[in-house]
Amino acid sequence: MAAVHSERIDAGEPKFPAADPILVVENIVKRFETPDGVLTAVDHVSLTVAPGEFVGVIGPSGCGKSTLFNVIGGLLDGYDGTVMVAGERMRGPHPAIGMIFQEESTFPWRNLIDNVAFPLEIMGLPRAERYERARQFVKLVGLEGFERRYPAELSGGMRQRVSMARTLAAQPKILLMDEPFAALDEQTRLLLGDKVLQIQQQLKQTTLLITHNITEAVQLSDRIVVMTYRPGQVKRMVEIALPRPRSSEIVSSEAFGRYVAQIWSDLREEASRGLSDEEMGKLREGERR
Amino acid sequence: MIGSVAKHKYFPAALGIGSLFVFVALLELLIRVGMINRFIVPMPSDIVAAFPRVIVEEHVLQRFVLTAGEAFSASVLVTIVGVAGGVVLHRYNLLRLATETWVAAIAAAPLVLMYPLYLVIFGRSALTIVMMGFTAGIAPVILKTLEGLLATRRVLINVGKSFNLTPSQQFWKILFPAALPTIFVGLRLGLIFALINIVGVEFLINFGGLGQLINELAERYDLAGMYAAICFVILVSISVFLLTERLERWLRPVD
Repeated sequence: MAAVHSERIDAGEPKFPAADPILVVENIVKRFETPDGVLTAVDHVSLTVAPGEFVGVIGPSGCGKSTLFNVIGGLLDGYDGTVMVAGERMRGPHPAIGMIFQEESTFPWRNLIDNVAFPLEIMGLPRAERYERARQFVKLVGLEGFERRYPAELSGGMRQRVSMARTLAAQPKILLMDEPFAALDEQTRLLLGDKVLQIQQQLKQTTLLITHNITEAVQLSDRIVVMTYRPGQVKRMVEIALPRPRSSEIVSSEAFGRYVAQIWSDLREEASRGLSDEEMGKLREGERR
Repeated sequence: MIGSVAKHKYFPAALGIGSLFVFVALLELLIRVGMINRFIVPMPSDIVAAFPRVIVEEHVLQRFVLTAGEAFSASVLVTIVGVAGGVVLHRYNLLRLATETWVAAIAAAPLVLMYPLYLVIFGRSALTIVMMGFTAGIAPVILKTLEGLLATRRVLINVGKSFNLTPSQQFWKILFPAALPTIFVGLRLGLIFALINIVGVEFLINFGGLGQLINELAERYDLAGMYAAICFVILVSISVFLLTERLERWLRPVD
């Protein structure tokens, strides 16, 4: 069995917000058994999110971002450490957390309004009330007029907005997003970023965004957690002191560019390690064949 | 001009029917000029002329109702037991690993040869025919139900988990609708196998329905009448197919 690497990297003194955090992630360690031995995907990761705060988690491919997403969302168990939501220790999916996934996740057999009304149907709300509430969230994501359309009749960006409306309709205290715009083109991604900013402004929605896109992280976040390549650890916390309300126009500002450069300098070494590790992996795979 | 006609919603159906008419006319022509032996393949016009005789003298409508009833009973059994079987195999992994190969082997076996055993168990009755249809149709429904449930995208299951769905809600709200298109592929296959076996066993044991009629007409060497009776078997098949299509559209309006 391979030795488990658990050395911690000093991330400096984190500037956690003064308000009582609504989400506390403490010393999360998640290991997986692989044919090559034990793989530590996430290693002693701790972070907090205050009510109404937008926190981005950024790291190179293979840094355990999605593992962290699944742990916080309650979809993965068998990890060390704790996840507390509003003071309550999480054991499995928590109703206070709403999740938006990277992959297309609308239900193809339900039309738009029925997709959005899905969590309300599960809650047992009467039909009229759930449609009325679902329509509010359809309007919030800017899809009014498409209520009777099926996902197959919508674009990728529209489908991701349907997923967003569906998750928001459950009125979660914390919105957890795993690279929600990864499959979209850059322009759509920036415009959807505007939509997320608008919604966040309107609902004061606490959000944790997992992403590998620096621009997206800086555009949306109040604070960014930079992660190391495998095993995923917190390398640095970066406060984003850009004014709110924001829009995608902020990407042309000088301050924005400085944040992007700063985060890239942190990520560059990690991304290089990830790339050479991937290349070595391909080489080993070839040799095995 | 041709492009705009081709886009018309009734064009594919009209093209299909038109092609059938052309084929039948060609067949008629080839038989009339002697290129196809009329004692092996009767002329389509003779088959059409045989319809009134088969309907009045051979009581084909009663036989049609009997075969359709047997097919319907077998279909209901195949659907309920087959889908439930697929769900059970999906739920219990060990059971699936232990039996999936057997079920696949049953799907490929010539089950019609079991009719003597069924005659002993159920007697020379409609029940034997229904059970033969059920046995022939069940395996593809189990296998396709299992395939559909296993192929449900992980992200959809995770969406259900993130909304704290109970296992029952997870099944009825996500797994089952996601698997429906594949389940219906299995149902169509299963019902076709069931119908083939129902008519085949009616033919073999010379009991009731259209299969028996086809047997009798063949023994009398009434080829035109026999083909007319076969048309009624096709009608049963079309009815079953349309019924499943309606049911699928009702359960899942869009893919």
